[in-house]
Amino acid sequence: MDQSLLTRFQQKDPLVLGKLLREVENQTSLGYEFLKLCTTKTGNSHVIGITGPPGAGKSTLVGELCKKWSEMGYSIGVVLIDPTSPFSGGALLGDRIRMMELAKNSGVFIKSLATRGSLGGLAASTADIVQIYDAFGKDIIVIETVGVGQVEFDVMNISDTVVLINVPGLGDSIQTLKGGIMEIADLYVINQADRPGADESVRDLNMMIREKKQLTWKPPILKTVATNHEGIEELINEIENHKAYLKTSNLWNKKREERNLKRFNTQINQLFHQKINEFISTNNHIENSIVRVKEGKEDPFTAAHQIFEGFLTDHNIK
Amino acid sequence: MGNETIKVLIAKAGLDGHDRGAKVIARTLMDAGMEVIYGGLRQSPEQIVETALQEDVDVIGISLLSGAHMKVFPRILELMKEKGIEDKILTGGGTILPEEIEELKQLGVDDLFGPDTSLDDITTKIQQLVYSNRKNVKA
Repeated sequence: MDQSLLTRFQQKDPLVLGKLLREVENQTSLGYEFLKLCTTKTGNSHVIGITGPPGAGKSTLVGELCKKWSEMGYSIGVVLIDPTSPFSGGALLGDRIRMMELAKNSGVFIKSLATRGSLGGLAASTADIVQIYDAFGKDIIVIETVGVGQVEFDVMNISDTVVLINVPGLGDSIQTLKGGIMEIADLYVINQADRPGADESVRDLNMMIREKKQLTWKPPILKTVATNHEGIEELINEIENHKAYLKTSNLWNKKREERNLKRFNTQINQLFHQKINEFISTNNHIENSIVRVKEGKEDPFTAAHQIFEGFLTDHNIK
Repeated sequence: MGNETIKVLIAKAGLDGHDRGAKVIARTLMDAGMEVIYGGLRQSPEQIVETALQEDVDVIGISLLSGAHMKVFPRILELMKEKGIEDKILTGGGTILPEEIEELKQLGVDDLFGPDTSLDDITTKIQQLVYSNRKNVKA
């Protein structure tokens, strides 16, 4: 690798940060080389995941939080994720528009990502982007997921603190009882709290949390009106409280260990996946078999099994 | 390896509240398989260039209907040089006279699109500009 690139990264050159994030996003060999180099220099940033349904006000809230944090002297890395079109493969990344005034603030760096086929609410490269920000020396890293439904909770695997943003009027108390996204938050926010039904939403959440007796951290429930800057300071305080809790309970370290392991597993799976795909694309008789599966003339279970056996034999694996 | 998806920033500069065109372009480029960062209304050249740097886009596309293009484009070019991102493609469109288009191209704007340009032409031109630029950067 170009040594000057590394030096400039260490000198906190934003141009180099932008270029490296793009390399990592595109999973290029330069990107991987760099990730390998900076693994041991990471683990210090507070990673905050912001999730919630589309239109709840995630981006506006992220903008408000970043403004406050940068006033407090923190440097911040932001990752904004929006969906890739399943038809064209393109994407319209429109979250940044809510925080364009931050572009002038040199302490806040913003990267927009498209999901590129990932379904868990994040882009596949999110963990790598976080690592680069971390190595760059960002105090706080904010990940804003795509607008989510009930099951997109990958964000909990890479965040220290998960904030779930909801709005009033999205269903009755049964919705808060369900498994999935409702369970993963460390903090609940009812945004657009100037709309009718905000107090009822808070009450339902309160009931759900009260019933979980074994919790050592009781997730706070906050009301905000992000467009009016209301409730932002309280939210910042609670995020800070959660960080303190993580540190004293040693969950801070535990989360990092789990994250490292998870990334290792993802990498193994990815390498394996690549090999299988290579094997399939370089064997003509497999292509024929796939065509037969496609036409419904061969069952997919037998075909997959046979191809897998062929792969093992080909690689001398018993 | 590596994914070569084209990244584009679409923004409107200055005091100009008409964003229908910018939105149509953003949508069109998405439908052509590009990743479009939509920067929205009333951006200063400083904000636009800073965003392009952070996102490391291939293309900066400015929509202008206010008549300020002879001020905005030279300023953006100047800032791009200052920040070290003059290798990115700068393009745009709006109510710009043919002779002004020539003048701005002389200054370093890669291409500009006046009224009546078809969406297909814009897409194709942007793809061409990016691919020839990538070749140049690698060479």
